[in-house]
Amino acid sequence: MQWDIVIGLEIHVQLATQTKIFSGSSTAYGAEPNTQANAVDLAMPGTLPVPNEQAFRYAVMFGLAVNAEIERRSVFERKNYFYPDLPKGYQTTQLERPIVGPGYVDIDLANGETKRVRIHHAHLEEDAGKSLHEDFHGMTGIDLNRAGTPLIEVVTEPDMNNADEAVAFAKKLHGIVTSLGICDGDMSQGSMRFDVNISLKPKGADTLGTRTETKNLNSFRFMEQAIAHEVERQMDILEDGGTIVQETRLYNGDRDESRSMRTKEEANDYRYFPCPDLLPVEIDEAFIDEARNSLPELPDARKARFMEQYGLNDYDASLLASDSKLAVFFEAVAERGKDAKLASNWVQGEFSARLNAEEKSVADSPISGAQLGDLVVRIADNTISSAGAKKVFEALWTGENDNVDAIIDAKGLKQVSDTGELEKMVDDVLASMPDQVAQYQQESDPKKQKKMLGGFMGPLMKASKGQGNPKLFNEILVKKLGG
Amino acid sequence: MTISRKDIEKVAVLARIRVDEEQVSALEKDLGNILDLVDQLSAADTDSVAPMAHPLDAVQRLRPDEVTETDQREAFQAIAPATENGLYLVPRVIE
Repeated sequence: MQWDIVIGLEIHVQLATQTKIFSGSSTAYGAEPNTQANAVDLAMPGTLPVPNEQAFRYAVMFGLAVNAEIERRSVFERKNYFYPDLPKGYQTTQLERPIVGPGYVDIDLANGETKRVRIHHAHLEEDAGKSLHEDFHGMTGIDLNRAGTPLIEVVTEPDMNNADEAVAFAKKLHGIVTSLGICDGDMSQGSMRFDVNISLKPKGADTLGTRTETKNLNSFRFMEQAIAHEVERQMDILEDGGTIVQETRLYNGDRDESRSMRTKEEANDYRYFPCPDLLPVEIDEAFIDEARNSLPELPDARKARFMEQYGLNDYDASLLASDSKLAVFFEAVAERGKDAKLASNWVQGEFSARLNAEEKSVADSPISGAQLGDLVVRIADNTISSAGAKKVFEALWTGENDNVDAIIDAKGLKQVSDTGELEKMVDDVLASMPDQVAQYQQESDPKKQKKMLGGFMGPLMKASKGQGNPKLFNEILVKKLGG
Repeated sequence: MTISRKDIEKVAVLARIRVDEEQVSALEKDLGNILDLVDQLSAADTDSVAPMAHPLDAVQRLRPDEVTETDQREAFQAIAPATENGLYLVPRVIE
């Protein structure tokens, strides 16, 4: 049987404020446990929350960036549940009147098409603390530094139909919040966490199937794997004639396994009600205008500019523009390197691959945009071959030397581009390979001829000690063999 | 309106309140009375009344995003039943 996959996302975005949403405690990451948890965060009796204006500004900026309506009068509710990392016994959140109303984000699909994903709403809320389950004499350790950190929870409509679309949306959202500067986007530190709602229905059916929610995915890769895993699990059950249980599941990315956390029957009944400690928050037009005026360039606008200014194609521009830090890095490379297409290839190719392999972010890169730009200059002017360029890149990355030209000199990577010298090498090599020359000249299929040229390149590179310009060698070969 | 024993037991679990068998009957009556009162309120025509989120007719003051709190961990942890390495310790939580 053929199935339609239906996916909706809930994304927790940690806001990059200096202080918590309801108290003046610092939100800096990595402090000693509980040194940033004050009386409000600990829910001491007699304390009252006072909301952080910046959290509202960031939420409004987000709303404007996703084409959403801004709620002029938003209200906080209490979501009641008991857990040790939630000292108050409730999470202060928004239910009836969230700050950000319906909006949308357009995502680029692999086939070149654009798809609109609707956003149901986004609300402000506080994060919980952290439970450390290592054994403390049979007890659990609680760190409340994170308790009260401002979050916006973004809830989409079930508009995505496969893992690629869900990941494309997640990356797009990541690009938007990091471009806005409202979130540091560091997923390894939990700055963005994804919950995925998945259901299947027979192909073309109107009614949605029963959905499951897989919680707390903190990387794009795990998200992709978790969706593939859950789709397969549901498909197996449905094709065996079974039914899907509505439940919350946890995915273990290291083992590619998931398990049920709780079913709907045992789901929490949160008993929401308006928080008596907080008055309604009114946002006026001046506040919204100020937020609108402070909006920086967003990924869609940047993509259009990259196509216009650097002549990049849709695909390259989209990839580079989606991540604000990568975009800034690319512009530094392109400015110095001049050849934007080459700069784009190196930033997306060698550079990104190396970052991924070492699980580094652009900010941790040992290579600066200017250095990679210098390398691009030397590739573009044929000083070095692409093989040589990789060696230079390696030396820059490992910190062996920080100057491109110095590395080229030290490693003798400079290509021989003197045509006279190269022609002599070609003559010598052709003279030593008369059989292959004859074969080439008898061949009528130009495709096969092209392939046969490769047979001469090896000896030529050997003759030039790897320093001959392969492009020029090729040109000279074709000329001489063509006769 | 009446409230069932099952509802009372469920709410008690959610609120983490232990309720004895004999207490349930009394609660059935008391909570039933409260719900009756709510039913009477529900009878009022509120079509032209905007929902009220707070009894005070005022709006929330917001605070600038500046760190105003200092580390008082020692004072707070002095009254905690159990701490270690700066962490509050609680009975083991099984996820």
